[in-house]
Amino acid sequence: MKRNALFVQGNEACVEAALYAGLDFFAGYPITPSTEITELFSYRLPKREGKFIQMEDEISSMCVIIGASLTGKKAMTATSGPGFSLKQEAIGFAVMAEIPCVIVNVQRGGPSTGLPTSVSQGDVMQARWGTHGEHAIVALTASNNQDVFAMTVEAFNLSEIFRTPVILLFDEVVAHTRERVIMPEPGEISVVKRLKTSVKEGTDYHPYLPREDGRLPMSDFGGVHRYNVSGLMHDMWGFPTDNPKIVYGLTHHLVDKIQGHTQEITRIKEFFVDDAECLLISYGSSARTALHVVENRRARGERLGLLELQTLWPFPVDAVRTRCAPASYVVVVEMNMGQILQEVKKAVDDPDKIFLANQIDGSFITPTDILNILRIIQGKGA
Amino acid sequence: MPVRDYIRQRFFPHIWCPGCGHGIVMGSMIRAIENSGIRKNDIVVVSGIGCSSRICGYLDFHTLHTIHGRALAFATGVKLSRPELTLIVPMGDGDACAIGGNHLIHAARRNIDITTIIMNNSIYGMTGGQYSPSTAYGDLATTAPYGNIDQAFDIVKLVLGAGATFVARTTTYHVTSMIKILEKAIAHKGFSVVEILSQCPTYYGRKNNFASAVDMLKYYKTHTTSIGSKEKEENPGLIETGIFLQDERPEYCDEYAKVIERASKKG
Repeated sequence: MKRNALFVQGNEACVEAALYAGLDFFAGYPITPSTEITELFSYRLPKREGKFIQMEDEISSMCVIIGASLTGKKAMTATSGPGFSLKQEAIGFAVMAEIPCVIVNVQRGGPSTGLPTSVSQGDVMQARWGTHGEHAIVALTASNNQDVFAMTVEAFNLSEIFRTPVILLFDEVVAHTRERVIMPEPGEISVVKRLKTSVKEGTDYHPYLPREDGRLPMSDFGGVHRYNVSGLMHDMWGFPTDNPKIVYGLTHHLVDKIQGHTQEITRIKEFFVDDAECLLISYGSSARTALHVVENRRARGERLGLLELQTLWPFPVDAVRTRCAPASYVVVVEMNMGQILQEVKKAVDDPDKIFLANQIDGSFITPTDILNILRIIQGKGA
Repeated sequence: MPVRDYIRQRFFPHIWCPGCGHGIVMGSMIRAIENSGIRKNDIVVVSGIGCSSRICGYLDFHTLHTIHGRALAFATGVKLSRPELTLIVPMGDGDACAIGGNHLIHAARRNIDITTIIMNNSIYGMTGGQYSPSTAYGDLATTAPYGNIDQAFDIVKLVLGAGATFVARTTTYHVTSMIKILEKAIAHKGFSVVEILSQCPTYYGRKNNFASAVDMLKYYKTHTTSIGSKEKEENPGLIETGIFLQDERPEYCDEYAKVIERASKKG
């Protein structure tokens, strides 16, 4: 069968995937290095009667997709560093009101305006804790454009299954690298549709009353059921409450519905992990450099392996612990000062064998950056 | 339909202080909607944060109580997704003109078909009486103990300049004309703004020498005049009430429908 192959940027692969997943509504604001996503949707969405709007700022771009999603649409926004900071309060609203939506953050150097056109993976913790208050979040990433496609579809699926905002934490290198992407045929990757209520018109619909399996069927806002949606702590009607019992239950629900399904949400890739004496753990574009090192050293007979994380949040604690256990030492490869390193240390039984190989100067991490650390660990000098 | 049929009694008692003007606005909103004949299922009310924003939950429509200042952005998402719905956004002066000022002017610029009701009590009530962008120069507030040195926005001029196509001002004293204005604002195709001066006896009144809510209502009676009246010429300090603009300009969702048409023709 002839496959439909594209030669595209990571940002374009993300756009193709969102359309594949059934995106109806996109809002954005110009910002480097994610702008291509916004530009492409302005062209593509109206062709399929989808809605595109360039908003007045990053905050409203986030708010407008929440409004759209409530009406039953699949909705998305894309941004980078500073814009991601600005969106955080509204992301918290989507967490609290349990509204499915997807937020792309193409990471660049920070803090502040930082390095607008350079690569970084400095927003890992912001994706986890950027919005205030106790909550859980889903964040996915990818190291190549085919995986950008897969993870973007995945993001929409998880957002619908768990009624939650999902963050796609890409980075500048993946976003701007052009490479081949094989377009899946329709139906080849499953696309999750919104779970809608079976409650009939004229019967009371409780927007926040979970089914037995914990899921909350939705009713298109503006449709046959009139209900209240609020960013305040709320009861099963969506009405504000400060009743300690209900607040306790809702806080637990918001955290447990994601943390309790970590295994289901975990996406990892393994390269020569089973017999690895030295295990590299990486994600995003850094994982490409890590894979290069692993393949080179394997060719020389050295037992290196790579665990590539595609789910960053909820952190795949069990998957990381089991893969790290047999290794003599583990090197986390990332472009920050050790944001995932700390999570790996927390996950394993022996944190002293976990090391960091990183790059934080705005240039892409190279094999040499990793090899320098390996030499020190192996006692071969710096 | 009686007024109570538009209210979610489960939500009562409401949070407003005795003498607050917001209940008068809510009552007038309901009457205007009743007169307009729009079905409850076709009305979406989106609000932000503040005393006025609590109107949202009390009403038996589709109601979305969002975050501070951003109600119009959420409302834009609902409206652009479902243009056939009637969108009403009640806001306070701080919500609409300070933290939400950017969204107000840009929604006006787009002329998206949303009715915005700004309840202007010249104060942040819910947080206890801080000065807002519509607190007059010299007024007292909990954050202006020596007198406010900020100049107030003229909300009507602000939204006229930004491109709103229906702009009106009224007060909680002028209930009958408020109902009529709201009816027209809701019927208007395009971005409508109705500024309603609404008393806050608890914070603004107490700090600024109003003995009671009734005194504040009397003030609205004696210190207002209809647009372009002779009285205004003689006494420029009077606040004008009435409809300042009712204009036709392409509406955003209609324009977007044309974008879809153009896009489908282009290869």
